Amino acid sequence: MTTFLQQTLNALQLGSIYALIALGYTMVYGILTMINFAHGDLFMIGAFFCFLGATFLNLPFIPSLLLSMVGVAMLGVTIERVAYRPLRSAPRVSAIITALGVGIFLENFTLVFFPYPQSVPTLLKTVIWNIGGVTISNLQILIIVVAILMMIMLDVIVQKTKVGMAMRAISWDKSVVPLMGVPLDLIISITFALGTSLGATAGTLYAIAFPVIDPYMGILVGWKAFIAAVVGGIGNIRGAMIGGFILGIVEIMVAAFMPSTYRDFVAFGVLLILLIFRPYGILGKPRPQKV
Amino acid sequence: MAQTSHPPLTLRQKLTQLWEKIATNRRLLPILLVVGLALSFLIPEFNLVNPYVQLIMMYVGINIILTLSLNLINGYMGEFSVGHAGFMAVGAYISAVLTTQIFARDLNPWLFPLAVLAGGIGAALIGLIVAIPSFKTRGDYLAIVTLAFNMIVKSVIENIEAIGGPRGIPGIPRLTTLPWVFIWTVLAVWVIRNFIYSNHGRGVLSIREDEIASDLMSVNTRKSKLLAFTLSSFFAGIAGALFAHVLQFISPKVFDILKSTDILIMVYLGGIGSIGGSILGASIFTILLELLRPLGMWRMVLMPLVLVLLMLFRPRGIMGMREFRWFVPIDDLEATRRWRARKEAGDAAASS
Repeated sequence: MTTFLQQTLNALQLGSIYALIALGYTMVYGILTMINFAHGDLFMIGAFFCFLGATFLNLPFIPSLLLSMVGVAMLGVTIERVAYRPLRSAPRVSAIITALGVGIFLENFTLVFFPYPQSVPTLLKTVIWNIGGVTISNLQILIIVVAILMMIMLDVIVQKTKVGMAMRAISWDKSVVPLMGVPLDLIISITFALGTSLGATAGTLYAIAFPVIDPYMGILVGWKAFIAAVVGGIGNIRGAMIGGFILGIVEIMVAAFMPSTYRDFVAFGVLLILLIFRPYGILGKPRPQKV
Repeated sequence: MAQTSHPPLTLRQKLTQLWEKIATNRRLLPILLVVGLALSFLIPEFNLVNPYVQLIMMYVGINIILTLSLNLINGYMGEFSVGHAGFMAVGAYISAVLTTQIFARDLNPWLFPLAVLAGGIGAALIGLIVAIPSFKTRGDYLAIVTLAFNMIVKSVIENIEAIGGPRGIPGIPRLTTLPWVFIWTVLAVWVIRNFIYSNHGRGVLSIREDEIASDLMSVNTRKSKLLAFTLSSFFAGIAGALFAHVLQFISPKVFDILKSTDILIMVYLGGIGSIGGSILGASIFTILLELLRPLGMWRMVLMPLVLVLLMLFRPRGIMGMREFRWFVPIDDLEATRRWRARKEAGDAAASS
């Protein structure tokens, strides 16, 4: 029982990181129906911003988190402006390939400056509590709390504010909404800023939890988060949160009760089985096809 | 000397004329093939170019096979498969196990085609399994299925100790030679070209344009999808087998998502739905990567930038949806010509 509780806690920690990244995928998809494959690498850049802030500027935790969020948000908006906006009317696939290219560019650009894995200095002193055999560290609590706070904030922005209303409207119909006086480009930029800063948060939290970072770390985590977004139903914000936690739980439970090399195998197997029964994800709705 | 009444042709016009002559002359193709085959035997025999260049030539051939086979699904069928390296891995591992553990060492050069074929067939069988989810799921969700497939293949290989697990198979004999690469590449181009212009291939094209409409026009979409996936994974397996016997060492890491991304880039660089484009894309990508080697780390930065710029200025790739006339059947060319003539006549009638 204690191992189960312990693993649940670990699963929540990993799941909240996945969920944060998945949110970025799903927001961009919801608005542009485009998979931003560079998102996993923006997560990596987020971790590196935190590392830079902590190493060279000696920033404590909160400022380096903010630095990473702002930096990555600016980068995300720039990428959208330079690389994705000219392709908005091009075939969908060229935008996807551009995103892949941007992702590889970010990886290799970082690799030029940091060819070896870097270790992030301890930003927060680890305190470990032992409650009835379950060890809880303050980092775990912090990661889960920060992630959940961010998600609540995002949910409020999307559901309650005018900007959020504009986002939902654009994802509903991209051609009519601008005619109603909604600034399309601005809203898309805001979406990118929000989504990528969530990815940067995930990167910072990841760097705190697993303090060795390298330029290629965004690939696998990014793809897995993308899978989480699909499991939840891509384009659906609450779905992405649920998907992230499901993926985290499945991975940790497999690693805990089976040889850990089966982790990816079972995680992706579960995904395939789920897609057979719910081809549009847990919360996704099939779009009716017009003939 | 008598002056011709025509104004002298500019260089550009001359080149266009020359190209026109080359493109419409179909007899050149068999001649080129024979010359190519002869060269592929002569180059390694007499070391006409240095071994490094020979190696690059082999990679170009293998990449052409990979690009073509992926183009069948991503270009002609209009799906988005991102796990092509998975099929490659299956082919590579089957053939490598055959040549290192099962076949007698001294018989290897003779049995090598069998090993490659076995790799291809194994990959094709796996391709059948992946084709089944494609009946119902499309678009991004199918992309996820293929992505998951890639990861699962990698994970399964890592967990089988008999084939080296995560350490891979070292010491594979170097059996891939230039003639073999040439023959398989030509075979791949030939088979895929004939498939595309066959009834089934046109069925595949109609799925890309509109699946429901083609279903209504009594195209057996399931059969077409099954065929396309099987053929595509077969050639990916072949390429994997050849690749393993050039590299001489394979591990699950070689066939991860990065490899799939490379193939995707070659497809979209060359342009979707084009055989000529695939050949160009694969060659340009492979050769450019080698030419940029002096730049060191920066070449890996430059390459994606080139790709992004290409997509921004030519979103369809170099040859997107166009084709060298050599690869198009004569009937099709005639039909296009008639259509164009009619259209021009119509335009002229409308404007007068």
